[in-house]
Amino acid sequence: MNCEKQMSMLRKIQEIQFVAVELNLYLDTHPCDADAINDFNCAVQILEKRKKAYQDEFGPLLNFGFGGYSKEPWQWVESPWPWEI
Amino acid sequence: MWIYEKSLQHPVKVTCPDVSFAKLVVTQYGGPDGELGASLRYLNQRYSMPTNKAIALLTDIGTEELAHMEMIAALVYKLTEGASPKDYEAAGWGGHYVQHNHGLFWTDANGVPWSAQYIACLGDPIADLTEDMAAEQKARVTYEHLIEMTNDPCVKDMLRFLWQREVVHFQRFGECLNDIQEHMGKKNMWCGCTVEK
Repeated sequence: MNCEKQMSMLRKIQEIQFVAVELNLYLDTHPCDADAINDFNCAVQILEKRKKAYQDEFGPLLNFGFGGYSKEPWQWVESPWPWEI
Repeated sequence: MWIYEKSLQHPVKVTCPDVSFAKLVVTQYGGPDGELGASLRYLNQRYSMPTNKAIALLTDIGTEELAHMEMIAALVYKLTEGASPKDYEAAGWGGHYVQHNHGLFWTDANGVPWSAQYIACLGDPIADLTEDMAAEQKARVTYEHLIEMTNDPCVKDMLRFLWQREVVHFQRFGECLNDIQEHMGKKNMWCGCTVEK
């Protein structure tokens, strides 16, 4: 079980996702702030990269096809669930 | 449509199970100022907002609140992990064990079940956004009370994260309210007559 690596990759996703959430809410009320849009796009670029690396190894992070491909057997049903971590 | 992401927004850790604190913090799951009410309040108010900015903000904050509800659920799960019926009884939460075992349920700290009466939708953007700002302040204060009631540094850490999200949401709702007032002022909706643009 490569739990430590999985947790550390997940933590890096949470970190950059928080940046994206903050910028998203800020931009909802400041839609003309070009610097913030640039920061948002940069965060999304990093987020996509980190998510892809995680999902290639540990399976989909999102359901319904939004999280990429699954290996066999179906990886979505694998632990740990978020509250078990 | 909503998509589930198999990750918490912020890590939830506990040093050791604590059923007494689970009984208290469950109010942020299903209490009057909790995360269930917050998410449903904002997601439901979107349909009567007059600007795209307000619709987007309510959608996004409502979605974030669902993630916060999941964090509180994870916290209650961990605080009660491995607890025996006697542990529940000792914590004064025997009633929860009898009715729900280790399952979660939406109640406040006094066992009162969640009610739609905790949220409002007047269909008026000024009334609704003002309610949202008050809701964020009430949740902030509740988190402050909860932080005072635990000595677990891990629990304090995640409660502080949720506390500061209330502060940010209040700020964004305030900006949104200003924007809506400007928007409505242009149409002079206050006095019911049209003025020159």
